[in-house]
Amino acid sequence: MLKALNKTGLVFFPAFDWAISATHPEREERLLYTQDQVLEEGLFDIEGIREFKSDIVDIKDVQRVHFSYPDVWRVMTESHFISAGGAKTIANAVMEKSVDNGFALVRPPGHHAMRVVHGGRGFCNVNNEAIMIEHLRHTYGIDRVAIVDTDCHHGDGSQDIYWHDPDTLYISLHQDGRTIYPGSGFTSEVGGPNAAGTTLNIPLPPYTGESGFLYAINEVVLPVLDEFKPELIINSAGQDNHFSDPLTNMLFTAKGYADLTRLLKPDIVVLEGGYSIEGALPYVNIGIILALAGMDYSHVIEPGYDPEKLKQSESITQTVKQTCETVKANWAQREAIGRKMRGNQKFAERRRNIFYDTEGIYETQKETLKLCPDCSGTVKIDSTSDRGAHILAIHIPRKACSACRDLGRQWFESAKPADYDMICLQDRIDDTYQVKNK
Amino acid sequence: MIIGLDVGGTHTDVVLVGENGLEKQIKVPTDTSALFHTVLTGLEKITENVPADEISHTVLSTTLTTNAIVQGKLSPAGMIVTSGPGIDPEAFRTSEHYFIVPGGIDHSGREIEKIDPEKVKAAAARLEKAGIRDIGVVGKFSARNPAHERQIAEAIGPRFEKVFLGHQISGNFGFPRRINTTFLNASVYPLHCQFFEAVKKSLKQKGITVPIHILKADGGTMGLDTSIDFPGQSILSGPAASVMGSVAFAPDYTETLVLDIGGTSTDMAVLIKGVPLLAPHGVDISGYKTLIRALNSHSIGIGGDSRVRVENGELKIGPDRTGPAMGYGGADPTPTDALFVLERSEGGDRRRAVQGIEPIAGQLGVSVEEAAYEIFDKTCREILAGAREMIENINSKPVYTVKEALEGYQVNPDHILVLGGPAAYFAEHFQNISGYTVDTVPECQVANAIGTALSRTTCEITLFADTQKGLVTAPEESFSQTVDLHFTRQDAHQMGTNLLKQKAVRLGAKTEDIETELLEDLEFNIVRGFRLMGKNIRVKQQIKPGLIHDFKNISKKIKEACAR
Repeated sequence: MLKALNKTGLVFFPAFDWAISATHPEREERLLYTQDQVLEEGLFDIEGIREFKSDIVDIKDVQRVHFSYPDVWRVMTESHFISAGGAKTIANAVMEKSVDNGFALVRPPGHHAMRVVHGGRGFCNVNNEAIMIEHLRHTYGIDRVAIVDTDCHHGDGSQDIYWHDPDTLYISLHQDGRTIYPGSGFTSEVGGPNAAGTTLNIPLPPYTGESGFLYAINEVVLPVLDEFKPELIINSAGQDNHFSDPLTNMLFTAKGYADLTRLLKPDIVVLEGGYSIEGALPYVNIGIILALAGMDYSHVIEPGYDPEKLKQSESITQTVKQTCETVKANWAQREAIGRKMRGNQKFAERRRNIFYDTEGIYETQKETLKLCPDCSGTVKIDSTSDRGAHILAIHIPRKACSACRDLGRQWFESAKPADYDMICLQDRIDDTYQVKNK
Repeated sequence: MIIGLDVGGTHTDVVLVGENGLEKQIKVPTDTSALFHTVLTGLEKITENVPADEISHTVLSTTLTTNAIVQGKLSPAGMIVTSGPGIDPEAFRTSEHYFIVPGGIDHSGREIEKIDPEKVKAAAARLEKAGIRDIGVVGKFSARNPAHERQIAEAIGPRFEKVFLGHQISGNFGFPRRINTTFLNASVYPLHCQFFEAVKKSLKQKGITVPIHILKADGGTMGLDTSIDFPGQSILSGPAASVMGSVAFAPDYTETLVLDIGGTSTDMAVLIKGVPLLAPHGVDISGYKTLIRALNSHSIGIGGDSRVRVENGELKIGPDRTGPAMGYGGADPTPTDALFVLERSEGGDRRRAVQGIEPIAGQLGVSVEEAAYEIFDKTCREILAGAREMIENINSKPVYTVKEALEGYQVNPDHILVLGGPAAYFAEHFQNISGYTVDTVPECQVANAIGTALSRTTCEITLFADTQKGLVTAPEESFSQTVDLHFTRQDAHQMGTNLLKQKAVRLGAKTEDIETELLEDLEFNIVRGFRLMGKNIRVKQQIKPGLIHDFKNISKKIKEACAR
């Protein structure tokens, strides 16, 4: 009889009736072959592996993370509520100790969704992991969390949401942003002035193979996690580093993903991208599930696997090594980097242009952060879209000091409804979300 | 008239039902060591003085295969297995006679590793040398593409008596379950053949040549000849018999909870508008998880003969049974004794029952009557708690589409049907404490045998179309046909319905009893490089478990007779 060493929970929500559009990679069929493989392997019959029915998130769960314009209902479809709900279900099961770890195999994905949401970008509308983490903080009093994002695309949404949060370590391994969407995630992106170093980016050159990924995990991710000491490790598990993925250029494998999972020992895994729906996903997902359950995955060898052909070149090995050195140095010097960023200023500003590729929306943001010695600082985002929406979003962080909280409230009170289409205040201290409309 | 025979743990019930309702019923003790004798005695007694030409057919629900599995008395069967990527197939080893040979089919039915006929022959030779006569051949994803199982069968040649191929046993996914199911079919095959050859022969000698049907775990029947190819389907027909016995008396407008209270345990099931729910995967028996279609039933270790005692000041009932109630000469007090004490049931020795309950009353510090009431009440409450747990499990089954997730259909019965020995004595109290309406199944002592007699033939087919490949297949039926890009889901439904009807007739169904139902209906675009290349259509259809066309008249007559 097969038995899992670790009790592993799974939420499987393939959304067989939802797609961005008929031939879009994020469509009904995406998890079909994975489901076939999971059922044929009999994974749900293994003692210790348990399938959970996906919950649905409520509007409060979303408002704890996002500023949605014009409102939550119009930026999310039903499938987004269930997908984020799947992550929440697994997280609850882990917290209630009914399982040791868990995997939310849900779609649509979420890691490109930022704090402000005008629409869909990179196949994502809301951030499943962030909604889940903030739910855990609110419900279970969790403080320190690490997200390790192993999707081939830089998780710029997760990075944005946690850019100023020193209690959330965000580490992303991805294909070099110069060669792929969304074009960000360079080693120099280390987080905001109050949270320098708790964002770390490990851009990997195209054609990085098993050894490069596992090197970065062993050399950077694991030592940093050791030092950061998170209460929970979340893996944003995109499966598009696979050698057969049509949208990317990497040489990663099912066995590689399983090895990575075994090394990382995540508490919660949330599916992100991955569009080789026949050649990769069925095998990568089985590999990850078996690794989470502490079971043998040595027979999970996908068609076309050839260790010789999938070996990365020596120059890639050298590039990966250098990148890892840079990231390690940033981590080691994070306090000095933060001091330098803050200087003697009272506020830090950041201006950005954000493109929503699904609907073709351009957003311009001006973000103002209070540089506070006592907390991570209140944030104000002035956001304008080319559709004419002008919004002011104010975020009072979970552990804001009273001065920063007062500042946030004052920003909100003093903003004139006539000047904006929407003014919102996200007060994480009393878990409220207020809106002033024109 | 139809003969229904249900082999139970202690006795075997045989009924004769016809246009006048329950025409005749008899009971013979079950001799598990000589089931053949039990069944034959039952059939002999029920047909005594009944003209042979008045009997239309016979339906048997036996514990033959079930007992063989539970008692580990299986005949040795061999397995030849191919895998492909995934869990090491060694993990699914069924016995020492288990061989893994090269070969692999992927989730979409493509060959990823070829069969090596020489390796197959070598494995077959070793099985043959070990004296194995019946074998199973199973490949991963054979339900998608059975080519490898067929190639293996071909390579083996005629050296075994019977070769079961996994894709013919079930069209559902679940490689380990398919291995177990195929293995169990091969393992019970000799016993099954031997038994039914004997039954057939001795009936023939008595001039009875009517068709014999076997009850399956899904509450449907199959013809005896078909059962030779699917002997495993007869496993665990017992619980199905009692559910089908209640179906005849269940309302067709609401959801009903069925409670079959036996001596050791209570079996429960849910009927939706008179139709039993199927289990999501298949029968689980003695550690074998299978793909054998079964009714969704749940069993808890509380029954009329459960041992009652006080532990740490608390009343405990079951799950063990030491023997009959003390009122019937047993050694330990039971819920049945509580019924005797409360004078709700007669027939037992109340004095002995009181003796049994007295020490419990002493420990609880209450009177004997109060203790008996507490036992009775707790028994009812624990049975209802078990039922609630089963319903919760049914409702927590994951769904895979946005539509289902939002609609969130929940089973919520408001009616209970009770059957089994002490059923009548419990019914009123169930109603008082649950708020449901409660009815007792008429003639519930023989309800299982009546259910067996009235069950219709059931079966299932899975149809899979890939219009990019231009192929539609139904692996269980060994059916495949080329199609063009214009093949639609409606075409698939039509084709599936035709195949299903043909299969049902082949299994022994009468056309008036064929009621088809769509179980799964999915269609996906196959997109390659952002271009629509074809459609992937999946359709699963079944003949619903239910009763034969004539049942309404028969059950009406039985109800009327009971009311008199």
